[in-house]
Amino acid sequence: MTHLVTSLLLYAEEGVEHAVELADGGVLAEWAWLIPVVPLVMMFAIAFFGRRLPQRGWELAEFSMLFVAIYGVALFVSNANQGMYYEGAIEIATIGSFVLEWGWVVDGLSIMMYAVVGLVGLAVFTYSKGYMEGDIRYTGFFANFTLFAAAMLVLVSSPNMLQLIVGWELVGVASYLLIGHYWEDHENNAAAIKAFITNKIADIGLFVGVIIIAVTVGSFRFSDVLDAVANADSGLIEVAFWAGLMLFIGAMGKSAQFPFHVWLPDAMAGPTPVSSLMHAATMVTAGIYLLGRMFPLYQDELFAADVKVIIIIVGAVTLLVTGLIALVQDDIKKVLAYSTLSQLGYMTVAMGAGAYTAGLFHLFTHAFFKGLLFLCAGSVIHAVHSNNMSDMGGLRKYMPSTFWTFIVGSLALAGIFPLAGFWSKDEILSSVSYDAAHGGGLVASTVLVVAILGAFITALYMARAVYLTFYGDYKGEGQPHESPKIMTYPLIGLAVMAAVAGFANMPGIYTGFTDWVGARIHVMGDHHAEAINYLLAGIGLAAAAAGIAAGTRLWRADRETQAARDRFRIPVLYPLLENKYYIDDFYLRGIVNPTKGPIARATDWSNTYLLDGVVNGVGLGAGFLSKIVYSGIDQRGIDLAVNVTAAATGEAGEQLRHTTTGRVQQYAGALFAGAILLVVGFLIFS
Amino acid sequence: MIVNQFLVLAALLFSIGIYGVLVRRNAVLVLLSVELMLTAVNINLIAFWAYLQDPVAYLQDTQFAGQVFALFVIAVAAAEVGIGLAIVVLIFRNRSSANIDELDLLKW
Repeated sequence: MTHLVTSLLLYAEEGVEHAVELADGGVLAEWAWLIPVVPLVMMFAIAFFGRRLPQRGWELAEFSMLFVAIYGVALFVSNANQGMYYEGAIEIATIGSFVLEWGWVVDGLSIMMYAVVGLVGLAVFTYSKGYMEGDIRYTGFFANFTLFAAAMLVLVSSPNMLQLIVGWELVGVASYLLIGHYWEDHENNAAAIKAFITNKIADIGLFVGVIIIAVTVGSFRFSDVLDAVANADSGLIEVAFWAGLMLFIGAMGKSAQFPFHVWLPDAMAGPTPVSSLMHAATMVTAGIYLLGRMFPLYQDELFAADVKVIIIIVGAVTLLVTGLIALVQDDIKKVLAYSTLSQLGYMTVAMGAGAYTAGLFHLFTHAFFKGLLFLCAGSVIHAVHSNNMSDMGGLRKYMPSTFWTFIVGSLALAGIFPLAGFWSKDEILSSVSYDAAHGGGLVASTVLVVAILGAFITALYMARAVYLTFYGDYKGEGQPHESPKIMTYPLIGLAVMAAVAGFANMPGIYTGFTDWVGARIHVMGDHHAEAINYLLAGIGLAAAAAGIAAGTRLWRADRETQAARDRFRIPVLYPLLENKYYIDDFYLRGIVNPTKGPIARATDWSNTYLLDGVVNGVGLGAGFLSKIVYSGIDQRGIDLAVNVTAAATGEAGEQLRHTTTGRVQQYAGALFAGAILLVVGFLIFS
Repeated sequence: MIVNQFLVLAALLFSIGIYGVLVRRNAVLVLLSVELMLTAVNINLIAFWAYLQDPVAYLQDTQFAGQVFALFVIAVAAAEVGIGLAIVVLIFRNRSSANIDELDLLKW
């Protein structure tokens, strides 16, 4: 195996770091704060006035996404023309020497995210109008959905870690609300809670990492932190490993890396457009984005370079483990969900291999074709009224637009030339092979094999999904029909993007994407292929083609029942995969149940004995104290003093009134006597 | 210049005035005694003014200060006597007497 890999290495070429001349972006960048603010304002507008509008709030949501898409694309084009960097901030509060800021950063990385969120968001929001038609919480759905996109924009526009955490948590809250959209069903609530809590556990890592870095560097700003990395700050070097690891744990939660991946498939409980946006642009990309934002920390040998081994292993495990589960799922959305996990594994692998461009490029292309695939799945579900592929089949004839766009998305995901997935997956493969040759060693070599195997599995489960859904005979009830135009047009738009997005980065021909996301003020120090590696690309393509061929062989023929379809169940492996390696059961029985019982009992006990005891004790004590105060201090102390003063004053007045004789001459005599006394006193004492 | 003779005269007049104020029963005579005391004060003012007259500051603003004080005292005394006699007249009309020993209505 190692021998094979080493022979591949001969073809892996290294990219050279080149300094990019950065513009400040001008007015366009200065006003980029509107990108997160407009959706946020629209969210409130929908929540308060949405019901009264003719489209019940949809138009405001659509407007905000249109705005973000146009602004994002304008920035993207401008950035492609000349790389830009701008960092703006508004001071919110000053606490001692610490300044709390709301900021926006406009550089290659954030611009790419603005454009992706805007474009995919626009398609998904348009589609949602058709998909959510007739939903009882239509307006509320769009308010939450806009919040979801706005939270992601807050996250990616953040120049400091505090604002990042705000966006990070808002994304979590919005996803909780959206996953639990159909809250009448208990299972959906459970899925929403599961997503939230799983993320929250991983968030502890993010918080610890942020605290470590902020305390060491003395600033929450990314630019200050990365300056410290560039200046080889000795304090940061000491804690870099743990800080990097903790940040990665936070990223593992949002980007659903093994073993935090369990929430993502369950998040399918939400409406399909939510899954689409969540898997494509907004939520799961946050972790990859964070790794990209902090990339120099991981890339610098002095700092958290050791964490990269953990990152690449976690990515590879996620890639393989979740890809295999996708092979046995019956729910079409779950197939796509596990596929997302697998693709996120690819991105994490790329980051772990030190390939900033490759990871973000896969994020970029994946956003389009995975958004597309989910919307297609939603279209199919809309027609069939079931999530299960065993109720579908033969839909090719009934839903041509959905079928063809799904084919484009599947081929792009499988990595078939010349669609988007081919270029981004190839970029990752060549990065990993480069890493294997330059210090990655056996780990990177193994990961390369896993990644090629992953390409095969990807093609296999997508072929399965296509054949079970669109070929054979229709097995569901009723007559399926093509979705309305408002749903199919976004599919076509995303299909075009899924087809052409890969041309942004073709090694050796055109590598614009590298420069676009490389528009950062800090040296990324990543490596990216300068020329196409034909052998590696050929192997990747062959793996994908083999996957499709195997899928055709296995699932092309129509089979009546689920059991018949899965006649090739492998005794041990199949149940293992079907039960998702029993990881969910382990979490539920091993962690959740043993924890929640004692917690509930402890809470009850502390409530009955501690809290109630304290409350009762305080009540009794207060009553006792008030008695002492009344009879002792008030009656015997204060009242006594008041009465004695009054009596003494009265008596003194009674005695002194006799001096008032009414005789003027006595008064005059007293006056003169007093004057003489004063004079005498003056003479004596002066 | 010697002021002693003026001061002795003033002291005598003042003492006579005090005696009159404290001892006489007739309200008119009491007022008269008050006038004596004021005259004594005036003599003192004029005597000290003349005694302390500064030859150098002869043409300054303060050169008539003592005389002006005396004039003020005479004016106030005139006003006081005017009011005092009016009160006495009213009391006499009410009670057919001007004996101040009988005017003790404001005692305890």
